[in-house]
Amino acid sequence: MSVNKCCCECTDVRDAKLQEIIDKYKDTKGALIQVLHEAQELYGYLPLEVQKKISEGLNVPLTEIYGVVTFYTQFSLKPKGKYRIQVCMGTACYVKGSGMILDKLKEKLGIDVGDCTEDRLFSLHACRCIGACGLAPALMVNDEVYGRLTEKDLDDIIEKYRKLDAESNQ
Amino acid sequence: MQIFRAHVLVCGGTGCTSSNSPKIAEEFEVQLKKNNLENEVKVVKTGCFGLCAEGPVIVVYPEGAMYTMVKVEDVKEIVEEHLLKGRLVKRLLAGNDEFDYNFFKKQMRVALRNCGRINPESIEEYIAFDGYQALAKVLTEMTPEQVIDTIKRSGLRGRGGAGFPTGLKWEFARKSQDDQKYVCCNADEGDPGAFMDRSILEGDPHSVLEAMAIAGYAIGANQGYIYIRAEYPIAVNRLRIAIDQAKEYGLLGKNIFGTGFDFDIEIRLGAGAFVCGEETALMTSIEGKRGEPRPRPPFPAVKGLWQKPTILNNVETYANIPVIILKGPEWFASIGTERSKGTKVFAVGGKINNTGLVEIPMGTTLREIVYDIGGGIPNGKKFKAAQTGGPSGGCIPASLIDTPIDYDSLAQVGSMMGSGGLIIMDEDTCMVDIAKFFLEFTVEESCGKCPPCRIGTKRMLEILERITGGKGEEGDIEKLEILAKNIKAAALCGLGQTAPNPVLSTLRYFRDEYIAHVRDKKCPAGVCKSMMHYVINADLCKSCGICARNCPVGAIKGERKVPYEIDQEKCIKCGACMEKCPFKAIFKNA
Ligand SMILES: Cc1cc2nc3c(=O)[nH]c(=O)nc-3n(C[C@H](O)[C@H](O)[C@H](O)COP(=O)(O)O)c2cc1C
Ligand code: FES
Repeated sequence: MSVNKCCCECTDVRDAKLQEIIDKYKDTKGALIQVLHEAQELYGYLPLEVQKKISEGLNVPLTEIYGVVTFYTQFSLKPKGKYRIQVCMGTACYVKGSGMILDKLKEKLGIDVGDCTEDRLFSLHACRCIGACGLAPALMVNDEVYGRLTEKDLDDIIEKYRKLDAESNQ
Repeated sequence: MQIFRAHVLVCGGTGCTSSNSPKIAEEFEVQLKKNNLENEVKVVKTGCFGLCAEGPVIVVYPEGAMYTMVKVEDVKEIVEEHLLKGRLVKRLLAGNDEFDYNFFKKQMRVALRNCGRINPESIEEYIAFDGYQALAKVLTEMTPEQVIDTIKRSGLRGRGGAGFPTGLKWEFARKSQDDQKYVCCNADEGDPGAFMDRSILEGDPHSVLEAMAIAGYAIGANQGYIYIRAEYPIAVNRLRIAIDQAKEYGLLGKNIFGTGFDFDIEIRLGAGAFVCGEETALMTSIEGKRGEPRPRPPFPAVKGLWQKPTILNNVETYANIPVIILKGPEWFASIGTERSKGTKVFAVGGKINNTGLVEIPMGTTLREIVYDIGGGIPNGKKFKAAQTGGPSGGCIPASLIDTPIDYDSLAQVGSMMGSGGLIIMDEDTCMVDIAKFFLEFTVEESCGKCPPCRIGTKRMLEILERITGGKGEEGDIEKLEILAKNIKAAALCGLGQTAPNPVLSTLRYFRDEYIAHVRDKKCPAGVCKSMMHYVINADLCKSCGICARNCPVGAIKGERKVPYEIDQEKCIKCGACMEKCPFKAIFKNA
């Protein structure tokens, strides 16, 4: 997601897009969750200002919006990393040692689950079955799935995205 | 329509996609062009074939040859040998050994009938395989009462977990009088180790749409909602495509088949809350609110979504409907056992050779699934238990491996059918740890509305953490049992009422393991870290020093010619030394 590299100008663009989303759903019954999904897609997370705009746009009290945002794990009040590492903690993966994978990643990245590295490059998350049980233990970086993981793979994966980032910054 | 002499089916399910199947499909296009075969052979991306462990999987028709673990480099050979010269590429063929063969032999595909056979993004292919014929039959030849009667006589029970008779549910909703009713589909698939519903939606989305329209006609509803988890992007996308296509063909929307029947379907994305799989919470979530459950009664058939009569069925339940209409309820009722009709799809995972998706007639035994279909336990280990029903379910120990898989037999042994997660565990799995795993899950997912679930499960988890942490106290096991009983009796919804099940069922069959943790401070499986340590066998140690160099905390000391030793105080039990020792002189001691 391009969120991190955003300059002030494109903030306006995003705000305009948010208004479009709100207008699209204004007359749909019970559309709040769909609006939040699309807003999060846009901003990468749901800061209070965004929630306020949605509150005004949909005419739903801010408290209710905050209640919904904090109820569902998909919605985040904190920014996420450019590369979101989601370690599968589904049963099949757990039985095959994904707990160890998560621990090693915490150690390697020096962050806790739910947090973001200081350079905003990586954030670490535990998630549920990603449907790759045949390849357990598995993890996902953004939308890419990596399976049959060993500790060594973790270094390679982290390295791969560091390189990718360096290239995209050139 | 263009006629092709051969079809290459490439699995586009999530498992195979992550093992590179999209690149393989691309390479086929390239290689086919190179050999001027692009007008003779068609590449189709399908849903899951089931054999995820052996992915990526492709099947070449008309022969039906299945190739597994295909690499991009292999594509050239398959095109040149098989498609050009008509010679099978034996080395990649599945079914070389008995295991792969058995994987399919004992299965019976009803709900998954089209998965891996058609292109899920093409409504024409679905129609070519009798798609939307059941809807046509229902709308033009049957009354709603006849539809309900057909479903009742088939004996179909809900595949989402509880196993409620589907026809009966529809009848209740039919009898509720209101100007507006709704049909909902539960595609939230909350069991944390399962992916049956996702595979159906990814492989055959139209079957669910068709069934929902049939349900709409039967109960008198014109609006449907599919509640699907946002973590399933491929499935969501295919559903969107399918809905658009169906509308374009006039199979959804106004005046379907010119009969005056209107039916429309909307997708609603979940946002990661297990409790939203529960029917009343799901409806609250569709309304755009915090997905908290509501007390029942009133039941959804009377007051559901937006307080209107509503039915909710699981994806797999729906996938069975069109076939029942077309082949008749007697046909369906002839499959399975006395009180569990038809088939059930399971996502088999954990310590088993053939992980993947299987569909079996009800009544198949666990042994057949583990050893015949699943190919047994890897590395010659012993089967210890199977877990079904996820965080609401329980385990079946090795001594009961001949239990037939049906609603009643599973309930009798203290487990449940569940939605289809089936996790196999071997001797290296600690059952207390597994119980803790599921409880951690429910504690995190408890919505907080009712105290027995919010506080009670947390207390249970604390006790389990104590036990697995080597600090278990006399009486802890009994405390767990009392808490479990009270939570089951007092919780508001199914989440809390079933949360203690994994603990109760492991206690029932593996009590001695709990006792070993509490009394002897030992974890027999060697999983609970606080209770095990690593030791170097002095006779086997060659004093090479590799272990000491690999120890991240410098806990290993030694010198040449003298066996090395681990300082247990410093050791963090990471296991790096054991992994690296070239002489296999380091052991885990429980
Ligand atoms: C905590 C909880 C979670 C549930 N999760 C699911 C789920 O993910 N998928 C599902 O189909 N049913 C789930 N159910 C069962 C549903 O409440 C409901 O019984 C089912 O969707 C009805 O459809 P069926 O009759 O076709 O099975 C869950 C129930 C509870 C109590
Ligand atoms: S449990 Fe990890 S992919 Fe299914």
